[in-house]
Formats: sequence, structure tokens, C-alpha cells
Amino acid sequence: MQTYFKLAWRNIWRNKRRTLITTASIFFGVLLSTFMTSMQEGSYSQYITSIVNSYSGYLQIHKKGYWNDKIINNSFLFDKNIESNLKSIKKITIYTQRLETYSLASSEDVTKGVMVMGIDPEKEDKITNISGKLKHGRFLKNGDNGIILGSGLARFLKLKINDTLVLIGQGYHGAGAAGKYPVKGIIKHPSPELDRILVYMDIKNCQDLFSAPDMLTSVVIMVHDNDEVTLVKNELVQLTDYNTEVMDWQEMNRLLLKQIESDRIGGVITKGVLYMIIAFGILGTVMMMAERKKEFGVIMAVGMQKYKLIFIVILETIFLGMIGVIAGTVASIPLLYYFLFNPIPLTGQAGEMVLQMGFEPAMFFSMTPSVFYEQALTIFIFTLIIGIYPVLNIRKLKVMNALRS
Amino acid sequence: MNIIEIRGICKTYDKKTLPVHALNGIDLTFQKGEFASIVGPSGSGKTTLLNIIGGLDDPTDGVILIDGVNITALSGRKKTQFRMKNIGFVFQSFNLIPVFTVKENVEFIMHLQGISKEEREKRTNELLDAVGLNDKKNNRPNKLSGGQQQRVAVARALASKPKFILADEPTANLDSKSTENLLDIMEKLNQEENITFIFSTHDSRVVNKARRVITIEDGKVISDISN
Ligand SMILES: Nc1ncnc2c1ncn2[C@@H]1O[C@H](COP(=O)(O)OP(=O)(O)OP(=O)(O)O)[C@@H](O)[C@H]1O
Ligand SMILES: [Mg+2]
Repeated sequence: MQTYFKLAWRNIWRNKRRTLITTASIFFGVLLSTFMTSMQEGSYSQYITSIVNSYSGYLQIHKKGYWNDKIINNSFLFDKNIESNLKSIKKITIYTQRLETYSLASSEDVTKGVMVMGIDPEKEDKITNISGKLKHGRFLKNGDNGIILGSGLARFLKLKINDTLVLIGQGYHGAGAAGKYPVKGIIKHPSPELDRILVYMDIKNCQDLFSAPDMLTSVVIMVHDNDEVTLVKNELVQLTDYNTEVMDWQEMNRLLLKQIESDRIGGVITKGVLYMIIAFGILGTVMMMAERKKEFGVIMAVGMQKYKLIFIVILETIFLGMIGVIAGTVASIPLLYYFLFNPIPLTGQAGEMVLQMGFEPAMFFSMTPSVFYEQALTIFIFTLIIGIYPVLNIRKLKVMNALRS
Repeated sequence: MNIIEIRGICKTYDKKTLPVHALNGIDLTFQKGEFASIVGPSGSGKTTLLNIIGGLDDPTDGVILIDGVNITALSGRKKTQFRMKNIGFVFQSFNLIPVFTVKENVEFIMHLQGISKEEREKRTNELLDAVGLNDKKNNRPNKLSGGQQQRVAVARALASKPKFILADEPTANLDSKSTENLLDIMEKLNQEENITFIFSTHDSRVVNKARRVITIEDGKVISDISN
């Protein structure tokens, strides 16, 4: 066995320059595609984390139909039953209640449609960290009678801290809703769109305003990490009644996921082209292997079985592939490690676009193991597929013809 | 007893348009310890005959018995194994594995045969002594002269303790001094260790060393002289 490894290893170094060029092309292929994948996956997970943590949470409970028709009439009663069910699931780290609806907001001389979000200030803050986004004033306390505004909205309505906002709208089942609230804080919401329409208030206050006591439009649920989502979702589905539905972050963020998916496909195409270029480089080298006919003839004549010869040639391809793949992977680790902590800032139009979507304008990197092994494996498999060429050649080879060549 | 018995061997290379009758009914026998040469003009069928005796090629017709075994009836894999165990080969050129040292080349067949390390080392030393190349054992073939390479090929052919050695024009690429040297070594091995050699050649000096000269022309034996 050792002899075969020795033979294969030395064979690949017969032409040092060619082997170096081939392994270098594999090396750069792995490095480049790993870099690209890391950047894609890192940015995707940044988007997902940011959307989960700033708005949707991992899971939500709604009244059936609410998600497609977000009106206050599609709210549901949050009773002791639901509460004890939520408390009975150990994997839920925290949950919070929301009552979301739309209304008109007026300051002294301006009026605008806004989104009113009744929240449990303490619990909401633990999930979406509103207090961290405060620009002016203070955050709500539980039972607070004040409100928090997005900075864009505050600017539009020309409101400052302690000014009064008037909300006029329609409550549950057509009841009238009107109230005056002091502005306690102004936040900069990362999503520019929400920043222009968002009004936070204490949930009790909100339920009173819209004549919807103990009613919610959603319960936002957090778990430790994404891996637990399905599990908890299934448990919740078992416990909730037919009136309510449980949605996970994927269902709630379909659009984002679609964008990610199409971006990923774009990446696959780019990488596919890259793989092809590498593949042709390797093919050249591997075709040379098949050209050592005379030598193969002698080796088979003196009594080496064909399958052993094939084994050696496969080993040669494996060695070629491994040198490049291992070197490429090893080199990508420090590179990605650096960028993991130093995301590449996005400027100009691209940056503006990402900002518009409510995300931080930078390319983030991921060091999930799959980033490495998927690329390494793909390119290695490519190499092996190309390695079939000399194998087929040897299979066809007749000792006689090989000797005479 | 005959170690090789050839009966009615014919070989036709059927090129679709024009079949070439390379061998036309060859009957020959060889005994243990022979030192025989096969001569004849170019294209007379020497290489074809040696390849068929060595099981590298199949005859169109006829039978080859080696120690009573009909090798033409063996399957590909069995035939390869049979070659490994029973027949030593020396070709005109490119005999050696270029990435292996002299020593590794000689050991290679013993590896295939599964011979133990100690045994391999011992035998490699003996064989390299016999061909006078023990001092080159760690060199790669490209550091050796053509004659030295052929001597390594002889040592390699002997490593598996074959029943006989087939050599197709082993001296064709050698100068006269190397030719003489190689022939001397082959002759010595033949006389002292009773190794059977069958070789083809064009070279009259090589023919003169042979104790049996078989001449073929147009795929037929036209004379078979022993002295
Ligand atoms: N693979 C083949 N296909 C077709 N014809 C072949 C093949 N091999 C040999 N021949 C033909 O068979 C005949 C015998 O060839 P062979 O090589 O045995 O001759 P030779 O005596 O060894 O010649 P040389 O002294 O030139 O080596 C020649 O006419 C040759 O052209
Ligand atoms: Mg010939």
C-alpha cells in the first residue's frame, strides 16, 4: 500500500511546474469561492438576525388571517390559558404581547397616518432593544401614559420631547378611538420606513385607546436559536386553538428569504463559472497522466493488475486535489477571521440600498463550518470527476498497445 | 521436461482492409536453462512471438503451455498474475519506473508478490550485486546510462524468481561495450544460476553468444540451431 502512495505522490511531482500551476488554480478557486460564500452567508445571517431581533422575533401567534389582513378586528383575546401554555414551554426564553394598528396622528398643524404599536415596554425592550435606539428622552415604563416616536415621524410632525401627540382612529369593531399623549422619547429605527411611521405606547394604554381590552394582534416569541424554532412551533401548534395560528420568522419574512435565495443562486452561477475554469486547468494535467502509456504498459506487463494501476492514478488526482483544497482552505481561515471582525463597509448606491432595507450597510462574513467544507468538497468532487478521464483511458488500455506506443 | 511448449501458433492482425499474418504456425519447445536467441529480419514476427509467449498478446490460433499450464486459456486477471509469478521481462527501453530508485524498481515486483521486507532487501542486494550496480541503488533511472538501466531491468526481471526471462532486443539501444557487459551478466546468470533466457536480436555479436539460434522469417521458423 505504502508503495502505491509513494508511487502516486512522486508521480505528481514529476512535472513540478505543472503540478504547482494546477494546485495553485485549485488553491485560488477554493480561496475565492470560500471567500464569496462566507461573505454571502455572513450577510444573509446578518439580515436574518437583524430582522428577527428588530421586528418579527422567531415566532408569533396571531389570530388566523391577521397576517394577510392586519387590522385591529383581527385581534384575539389573550387569556390565562394562552399565558400558561406559553409558560409551559421551557425552550421559550421570552415572549411579549403586541397590539398593532393604524391611526391618524396629529401635532399642532400636521396630520399623518401612523402605525401604533402597543407593547409591554420591559419585555419588548429585551427582544427588540428599543431603548438602545433612543435619540432623545427616555424609554417607556410599564403602565406609562406617554409614547415613543420614530425620529422621521417626529421631524414630520415637528414634535419634541414632552410635546403632545393626538391619535384619532377606529377601535375594535368600529368603536371610536381618540387620545392625547405626551412624547417621552424619540428613537432612530434602523428601518427608514418604520422610522417615519412608528409610534410605541404601553399596551394597556393602547388597548384602552382602541377599546380592545386584553386583546392582542400578536405574541412575539423568542427561543435560544434558530435550531429550536421548529420544535417550539410544533409544540405551540398543539397547544393553541383553531382560532389562532403560529408563524415562524421564515413565514413572516418570505420576501427577504426570497431575495436571499435568488442572491444565493446568483452566487452559485458565479461559482459554477469559477469551478469550470479550475476544472479545465486540472483537466490539462490529468490528461497528461493518461499519456504515460508506455510506462503503464511496462508496469502491467511485469504483473501489476489494472485495478491497482487505476488506483494509483486516482491517488494522483486525489493528491493534486487535496494539496490545492487543503492549502486553499487553510489560507482562507485567517482571511475570513479578519473580515469576520472587520466587515467591509458598503458605500455609495449599494450601501444606500441596504440602508433603505433597514440593514447595516456592510458585507458581513461567516465562518460557519459549511462555508469551508462545502467549497472544499465541491472542488474536490470536481477534481475527482475529472480524474475519471485517465481511469477510462487505462480501462481501455491493452498491454500490447501500450507497450508498442 | 519442457518449460515452454508452443504448438501451431498463428497470429493475424486484422486490419479491416488488409490482414497481416505476423505468425504462421510456429512450433517450438524450450527447456530449463536455455540461452536462446530469436533472430530474423525486421517485421518477421520476433516481437509478436515473444509477446505471445509472455502472455502479453493472444495468438489467433495455437496453444502455449508453460510448465503444463495453457496460458492462452487464462482470463485477463489470472494471466497478469501468472506473468507476475512466472515470467521476467526485459524490454528494449523504458523498462523502469522513473520515479522509483534502482532499489525500489527491483523491489517493486516482490511488493506485488507480497514478499516480506527482509526477504526483499536481501534479494535486491543479491541481484544488484549480480548486475554490478549495488552502488547505484539509491539513484533514479535517469541518473543511469542506458546499459546500466538494462542491467537494472534484468535484476528487476529476476526479482520475482521467474521460470524464464523474455527479452525483446534488450541491447538495441546500447553501445557495444554496454551490450557486451549486459550479455556477460546474462550469460553468467544463465551458467551459474541456471536462469533461462530467451531474447530476440538483430545484433550478430549477441547472436554469437547464444547457444541456440532460432531464425524466423515471415512468421515461420526457418532454422533452429543449437550448439
Ligand atoms: N499491433 C499491430 N497491428 C497490426 N500489425 C502489426 C501489429 N504489430 C505488429 N504488426 C505486424 O506484424 C508483423 C510482425 O511484427 P513484429 O513486430 O513482430 O516484427 P519484428 O520481427 O519484431 O520486427 P522488428 O525487428 O522490426 O522489431 C509486421 O508486419 C508488423 O507490421
Ligand atoms: Mg520487434
